Amino acid sequence: MKELALDIRDLHASIEEKPILKGVSLAVPKGEIHVIMGPNGSGKSTLANTLMGHPSYEVTSGKALLFGEDLLEMKVHERARKGLFLAYQYPVEVPGVAFSRFLWSAHEAVTGGKNDGAKKNPGKVLEFRKRMNTSLESLKMSPEFGKRHLNVGASGGEKKRLEICQMQMLSPRVVIMDEIDSGLDIDSTKVVAKSIGAMRSPDFTALIITHYPRILEHLEADRIHVIANGRILCSRGPELAKQLEKKGYDWILKEYDADGR
Amino acid sequence: MVDRKAALDINEEKYDFKIPAKAFYKSAMGLTRETVKDISRHKKEPKWMHDARLRAYDIFLRKPMPTWGGDLGGMDFDAYTYYIKPTEKREESWDEVPKDIRDTFEKLGIPEAERKFLAGVGAQFESEMVYHSIHEELAKKGVIFLDTDSGLKEYPDIFRKYFMSLVPPEDNKFAALNTACWSGGSFIYIPKGVQLDIPLQAYFRINSENMGQFERTIIIADEGAKLHYIEGCTAPRYSTKSLHTGVIEIFALKNAQVRYSTIQNWAHNIYNLVTQRAAAYEGATMEWVDGNMGSKLTMKYPSIYLMGEGAKGNVLSIAFAAEGQHQDAGAKIIHNAPNTTSTITSKSISRGNGRSTYRGLLKVSKGAVGAKASVKCDALMLNEESRSDTYPTMEIGEDNVSIAHEATVGKISDDQLFYLMSRGLSEADATAMIVQGFIAPFAKEFPMEYAIELNRLIELEMEGSVG
Repeated sequence: MKELALDIRDLHASIEEKPILKGVSLAVPKGEIHVIMGPNGSGKSTLANTLMGHPSYEVTSGKALLFGEDLLEMKVHERARKGLFLAYQYPVEVPGVAFSRFLWSAHEAVTGGKNDGAKKNPGKVLEFRKRMNTSLESLKMSPEFGKRHLNVGASGGEKKRLEICQMQMLSPRVVIMDEIDSGLDIDSTKVVAKSIGAMRSPDFTALIITHYPRILEHLEADRIHVIANGRILCSRGPELAKQLEKKGYDWILKEYDADGR
Repeated sequence: MVDRKAALDINEEKYDFKIPAKAFYKSAMGLTRETVKDISRHKKEPKWMHDARLRAYDIFLRKPMPTWGGDLGGMDFDAYTYYIKPTEKREESWDEVPKDIRDTFEKLGIPEAERKFLAGVGAQFESEMVYHSIHEELAKKGVIFLDTDSGLKEYPDIFRKYFMSLVPPEDNKFAALNTACWSGGSFIYIPKGVQLDIPLQAYFRINSENMGQFERTIIIADEGAKLHYIEGCTAPRYSTKSLHTGVIEIFALKNAQVRYSTIQNWAHNIYNLVTQRAAAYEGATMEWVDGNMGSKLTMKYPSIYLMGEGAKGNVLSIAFAAEGQHQDAGAKIIHNAPNTTSTITSKSISRGNGRSTYRGLLKVSKGAVGAKASVKCDALMLNEESRSDTYPTMEIGEDNVSIAHEATVGKISDDQLFYLMSRGLSEADATAMIVQGFIAPFAKEFPMEYAIELNRLIELEMEGSVG
């Protein structure tokens, strides 16, 4: 059996004492790309935020392991340093902080670097900048975005692309994408999907959370999970996405006698 | 839940060192008429100054303690030494400054900064400027950059014309106290049309315990002149409380441009009660860039009187109130002429039980038609116990004006912190980054070296304070 990148067992989580996750179990083997789909309010974003450790979500029972290590015991930044990366549905704006400066600090934090400035370590900073510009270019973004304040004044699509740029620069082992495709036009969806596909390797694992199957037209997934009412309803091969695209969610909820919420 | 005990008192430790107290001359503790006479006699001043000091002393005694601002209950006017002369004379070469005092300023990085990016430096130790120097070519152009005592001696007519003309001793109790006991500070005159591209700096250091420092600064920028002046202040930590009460009077004549930047980083037991006032005449621009990081209590409201048509006034201030500190700061702008414009941007950060107060006045006098003003106050609180208050006053006596006012009070959001931490930054680093972003508009107004230092200090402080 393949090593599991993510191993989630009977996970329960609440927000403001309201239970949202009601026993999620999910295994994602290393090197695979999995997709979680489900109707609105089914617990998709809660799962993403709980795994990353958002303070608003309280884990009431269950387990979550990252390469066998207890994720729930780790602080948020420790999870990142262990190789977990969450691409957000709504990336937060941080005024006054240049994107490149933020990304350099994050890069140094996850790679154990010294976070020296350009004066102390000009070579490394220069190389980083070059890589960042290449990444932005591949996402059809101007290198100007490096100088702009983190997510401030960026459109929804630009923010999502900046998330992908961060993912490329921080080389995470496991990526969770929370509705990375929501609010994107067709071209942007394609750019984002292709850049995720390009990351595919035996050392890269992804869990893509989405409401719409559209992103899967440009991205090959190994497995599709349907989430409803805080539980994984079923897990099937990539053909499930096509069915969901054609028929919506109702039929599968009925098949499993679930109400979606 | 995220622990929000992140600190930020701007690394007091770096400045917390002292040298053994040696004084060339020192007045007796406490303030009497005799002390005031003694200071004047010691400085061999003209009679008018001697009399002005005594008159100010009487006003100081008469005026009640202000009760509208910070808590001054811990002050004891009998417990300070009002005048300490550390060396026999002011030097123009660091080599001539006594070694222990020179070492102090070396540690603070002043001579190095002077060599690298300043046009001139004044260094005040206790009550006197011990060092004052300016680039030769500026001196040749007629730029005067002296300690204020020498200014009185060498340029008595200019001095007398401007001294007390903007801040009379009647203005407030502490302006009166300063006028009675003033010593040191900078006296600057920039001749017509002379523009300084790099800054002048004065550094104020208190070394002794129970010290009162009362510098007096007068800056005159003649028509079309340009100046950026930077002041820095630090002191070692003692268990007793010291007092710093400066008065600064600035005159930006027709079409002159003056920027006065402060990075105040006094030890957390110092009362910092300062009166800063400027007059900007026709077409002139006056800017206060005011950073208050240190002190126990600061009460300081840099003011600008816009006296001539088209004059501009800008105040950019940042206050950082850590545990046990109260920063009561703000700005006053008075539009006294047509088509004058002003902006006030105030940013405050409080943490622990720290308290920051914005207290401001915007006044448009009758006849100041076409005046444009905007006031923007942003407060950031780092935890539940910290406090922030805003007291904006507006007196608008003219109809044909444009006024904008905006105020925000916020906490560091869990979402921002979570976002940065989810990219690998520790809570301290994430908090520091958010705070640095918040003050970025302020930091970028300083020469690069200061901005970097400011950011580094915030990071250092964050590291030490989060478990």
